[in-house]
Amino acid sequence: MLDYITSYLKSDTTPGSAGNLFWAFVYIVLIFLGLSVAVIAMNWLERKILAHMQVRLGPMRVGPHGLLQPIADALKLLIKEDIMPAEADPFVFWVAPVLVVITAFTVFIVVPFGPTHAVTDMNIGVLFMLGVSSLSVLGVVMAGWASNSHYPLMGALRSSAQMVSYEIAMGLAVVSAVLMTSLNKEGTGTLSMIGIVQAQQAQQTWFIFKFFPLGLIAFFIFAVAMVAETNRAPFDLPEAESELTAGFHTEYSGFRWSLFFLAEYSAMIAVSSIAVTLWLGGWMRPFPNGLSGETWDLVFSLIPGLTFLLLAAITFYSTARMPRHPYFKVQTIGLGGFGAVLALIGVVLFIPPVRDRIQDIFWFIAKVAVFMYMYIWYRGTFPRYRFDQLMKVGWKVLLPIGLAVLILTAIAGVMF
Amino acid sequence: MMPVATTFFFYFLAAVTVISGAGVILRKNAIHSALALIVALLGQAGLYLMLYAPFVAGVQIILYAGGIMVLFLFVIMLVNIEKAQKEEQFNKQWLVGLAAAVALGALFVLVYVKGRALFPDRAIQMPEQSNTQQVAVLLYGNYMFAFEIASLLLLVAIIGAVVMAKKRI
Repeated sequence: MLDYITSYLKSDTTPGSAGNLFWAFVYIVLIFLGLSVAVIAMNWLERKILAHMQVRLGPMRVGPHGLLQPIADALKLLIKEDIMPAEADPFVFWVAPVLVVITAFTVFIVVPFGPTHAVTDMNIGVLFMLGVSSLSVLGVVMAGWASNSHYPLMGALRSSAQMVSYEIAMGLAVVSAVLMTSLNKEGTGTLSMIGIVQAQQAQQTWFIFKFFPLGLIAFFIFAVAMVAETNRAPFDLPEAESELTAGFHTEYSGFRWSLFFLAEYSAMIAVSSIAVTLWLGGWMRPFPNGLSGETWDLVFSLIPGLTFLLLAAITFYSTARMPRHPYFKVQTIGLGGFGAVLALIGVVLFIPPVRDRIQDIFWFIAKVAVFMYMYIWYRGTFPRYRFDQLMKVGWKVLLPIGLAVLILTAIAGVMF
Repeated sequence: MMPVATTFFFYFLAAVTVISGAGVILRKNAIHSALALIVALLGQAGLYLMLYAPFVAGVQIILYAGGIMVLFLFVIMLVNIEKAQKEEQFNKQWLVGLAAAVALGALFVLVYVKGRALFPDRAIQMPEQSNTQQVAVLLYGNYMFAFEIASLLLLVAIIGAVVMAKKRI
């Protein structure tokens, strides 16, 4: 048994490919926990960043700088009364949030956090991710219909039309990136997520810079389509609160509503990680070829630890700025403790074995985090599209450009 | 990795497919039928995976379960369910239906008996890693013409739909 567990540590494949069920299970649990923490952190960050963009303070009351606000929210949602409309279809009403959450979490089994840090590496990785995440629209439609109410039904109709339309543009952008993986000696591409990153490594360029500006345009199409696909602002028509109250989840409350919330954020992380894998070099650190060598490796491997130390320094600065009043004593101590935890993580990340293992994961998460910030930024910046404008952008702008980019990429691939 | 519990998974997926397939025709509510059809299609995708055809399974999920069925639901949601539920669910054509079922069953049995040599004794181990590439070679190599004809057919269907939907182009 112990041999079975330790035998995997020497291999250099994913637990799924090595056929090691124990480590596959460990990875699944780790990813699940990491995602839940990420969703909680995103909840806090989104409210804080949006607030600062609008020159407000955001949550400040629960915990220092509102740090415990998401936990308080989660507790509130769990003990809230769970209401089901009398005329609703009970089974479909129950299944819809479950389906949405399952699809949002299932896609993560192929996300490559590093060359070996994925649950498994599938031959059809990208296809699997797109396919399973396209099932989430079924959950949205089911939720809207089962509520047996007008606003949810309108929201469901809108979201099904929107998600099906933008899936096409998204697929075309993905295909042009997959096409780029086939530019090697054998001439065979790959759909596997790990294979795509390795292809970028072999071609010594991120696909966003390949055949400039073709890669960039494909990436841009994907970046627009992925916002529409996750129903986020400025494409959040299915839940446009000024018109449809809350869209497809108007009738949901309590725990079921929190499932939709969880699914929305983990779907955002999932599509961001597709974008990172396909165009931004996945787990690779910046300039793996340009700035190679022992010294640069060392410099870049110190960045994860330094990042956490920087965060700790910011926290300590905020601690020092807390009001000196007996009422704020607990909060000040709490914030100082949080900073100490961050600093401790930073120090741990400097230990050489940890440093080497954590690098890939750090760079992948850092790139995904950029996208998550962009999501919040869009929400703070852009006004919501009207539905006909949304359809026009999807079908008349993104789709033709996507087709053109695909054909031009194919031509460029044959020429060079 | 060697496959585990293949027999169990085959019977499990087959049962899921058949039961939900029956649900499609037995449910009175059209939305429930469509949802059962989605489950049946997903079960089929699982069966494709067991046949070492991951690409086909992925396409099955992305096209049928994720794309076409959403459009199905989109249309069904606009139908008045109360009115539809009052209508007769089955046509009284059990004699014809029985004949058709018997004929189809006989055909299956005949194929199995006559063509027994075509069935392999045990499961064949296929290279899973190159499935997508093999599909591509077949589609764009051996069957290029058929593939292009099929895409032309789809183009005609799209144009036809536009012509029918738009009064003035």
